[in-house]
Amino acid sequence: MRMRRLGLNLSWRAVAVTMAVAPSAQAHLMNTGFGPFYDGLTHLFVSPEDLLPVIALALLAGLRGPRFGRSVLFVLPVAWLVGSTTGAWIAPQLSLPRLEIILTIGLGALLAADCPLPLAFVAALAILLGLLRGILNGSELAKTGSSGQMVAVGVAVGLFVSVSLLAGQAASVRVRWARVALRVAGSWIAAIGLLMLGWATRGAA
Amino acid sequence: MKHFKPDTMRNLCGSGNATRRALLLLLFFLCPLTAFAHKRGGEAIGFMSGFEHPISGLDHILAMVAVGMWGAQLGTPAIWVLPVVFPMVMALGGMMGLMGIRLPGIELCIALSAVALGFAVFREARPKLWIAAIIVGFFAIAHGHAHGTELPAGASGVLYSIGFVIATGLLHATGIAIGLVHRWPAGRVALRIAGAVVAMGGVFFLWKAVSGEAA
Repeated sequence: MRMRRLGLNLSWRAVAVTMAVAPSAQAHLMNTGFGPFYDGLTHLFVSPEDLLPVIALALLAGLRGPRFGRSVLFVLPVAWLVGSTTGAWIAPQLSLPRLEIILTIGLGALLAADCPLPLAFVAALAILLGLLRGILNGSELAKTGSSGQMVAVGVAVGLFVSVSLLAGQAASVRVRWARVALRVAGSWIAAIGLLMLGWATRGAA
Repeated sequence: MKHFKPDTMRNLCGSGNATRRALLLLLFFLCPLTAFAHKRGGEAIGFMSGFEHPISGLDHILAMVAVGMWGAQLGTPAIWVLPVVFPMVMALGGMMGLMGIRLPGIELCIALSAVALGFAVFREARPKLWIAAIIVGFFAIAHGHAHGTELPAGASGVLYSIGFVIATGLLHATGIAIGLVHRWPAGRVALRIAGAVVAMGGVFFLWKAVSGEAA
């Protein structure tokens, strides 16, 4: 009984200490303490503005079928990697807040509409999203002076894992209500994008 | 071999059980790590304040729950079309509010939305889908605009927006869940009564809005 109480106390102390020392994420790059690769790997999951369009695109591709999902699975991380390298190299001062938000709105709306799209169009969207977000990420990294290559590889691996999970799940959807739920998720992403556009416009005003 | 304990995690956590470990994990997730991620200059707000905004006013709650109830009453495809239309159009209204675009009679329109949607549920109104979508969309603009003008200043409200939209969606889901009682005869009556209650609530807010404007 005494040992149990001791164990409980230790657990609560561990929680208290962890909450007290929990590192807040650094601007635009989370510092995991495990090095740049893992910083990049976790980056996507603490960056809603990066994650939202990826979710929308992965679900959109998955809903269209496994062939679409596979194309986005490989095209998006590669485009992101290329964009990230390019951003760090040639565009250290680049900022395109409205364009990236409009892309998020568009992807959310396409998912909500569940309209049949050709494979080339979905692949082009993946290239556009990957290059745009990659360039912005690379540009941000260049500003902070971080070693960008391993971070970019980490982000690409995170993207690969996220897209494979999301698109795989969406591709395996058979029941009607699940498809509707994914479309509702698309409308939510578009709605979030619209509000973000309002914020961006007000911030710029 | 008799005293061998293979469960290392159990030993590490003392005599902990699954519940305690789950609690521990939950608390780790509650650490403010994510909330501060990508905090840009001027982002004075977060997920929770966005989540609380739509549920902070009874007039908004009544209208959003009524949308879900009406959708459930109308059946497929309205059951999901209306809750898809509402957040998107509401966000459009919110965007207009954030941009500083002025719209007249917003408070009246919000109060009127609860009256109209509650009355539609009470009367079991069955207009064509596109008409229902336009009615819902029209009121959604007013609700979104009111929220948009109330939002605090900030350069990037991404977490706020996520919380805001999720809360709105959950209110619709609540309305749909309530509306599913429509399948049973007694539930059908109960749903109509609920619609009447929403409409009466709307009349109260309409009276408040009119007296406020008159003052």
